[in-house]
Amino acid sequence: MKEKEQGMSLIVKRITRITVSLIFLFGVYIMLHGHLTPGGGFAGGVIIALSFIHVVLAFGKKESLKMLNDNVVSFFESLGGLLFLGIALSGLIGGYFFLNVLPKGKPFDLFSSGTIILSNIAIFLKVGVGLFAIFIALAILRVPRDDKEEVK
Amino acid sequence: MIELHVVLILMIICAIVAMEIKDLLSSVIALGAVGIGLTVEFLLLRAPDLAITQLVVEILSVIILIRATVGVKVPQENIKMRLGYFIFALVFVAVFLFFSKRAVAQLPSFGDPMMKIGSLYNSLALSKAGAANIVSSVILDFRAYDTLGEATVLFTAVIGVLTVLRASGRKK
Repeated sequence: MKEKEQGMSLIVKRITRITVSLIFLFGVYIMLHGHLTPGGGFAGGVIIALSFIHVVLAFGKKESLKMLNDNVVSFFESLGGLLFLGIALSGLIGGYFFLNVLPKGKPFDLFSSGTIILSNIAIFLKVGVGLFAIFIALAILRVPRDDKEEVK
Repeated sequence: MIELHVVLILMIICAIVAMEIKDLLSSVIALGAVGIGLTVEFLLLRAPDLAITQLVVEILSVIILIRATVGVKVPQENIKMRLGYFIFALVFVAVFLFFSKRAVAQLPSFGDPMMKIGSLYNSLALSKAGAANIVSSVILDFRAYDTLGEATVLFTAVIGVLTVLRASGRKK
């Protein structure tokens, strides 16, 4: 019997190549404009997690997990958490925890509102990679029901 | 407010379908319909931040549920409806409705919150935090402790899932 091909059909793979970068870009847009328009770090992070999931579903786990393996996931997850905590501790310069110490800038500018945009980036990294890790663990690395199915 | 109630009734019907239907995949899809209904409710109540977050989280959870449940055979159990259970459920629902009616009557009317701190945030958000989106300035500046706790919860959840399902633990 021939070796089973990973992932879905050729049409799905072709369309995925086009759409996945757009979904990723939309997540980054939602995150960067979180202090101006509805959205923010959490929603943007979930959207980029969905774009990674899109790749995994279309191409199969072997192809896609080459780029995003456990080390990358744990690195970005920890980086996001430490960045957010660092922003919180930087408020101690001005007096108390979570003080907005950076200059506020002009309202409605992209680079305004001090630490809020940095916090959005930190939460974006954390949520995006964390939810993707949960997806891999729950849906891909599940416990095999018989011995023939391979464990990753 | 009539559209609010229509969507709410649709959500209740979908929830009942999700519980009662035999097929697992159909149940997951009905659950997704409940989440989309909740998104529409948030949009009708003019909370676009919540609507975006609810929509994407709902999509993610439906994908995970479908990927985890498709092809899984769940043994069906036929629970016989006894008369005692039925009477007990009826009494419980009656008590719940009685007390919830009294509790809802005590709530302040829509758009008039009991805590006056919300109007303070509204007036201070632009000058103190400098963010045009007031929701963002509340969750990341005024009440950032809550967001720190949420980030900790997510971190703990990821670690817990990866610990339970790790590959090296089930070699034998």
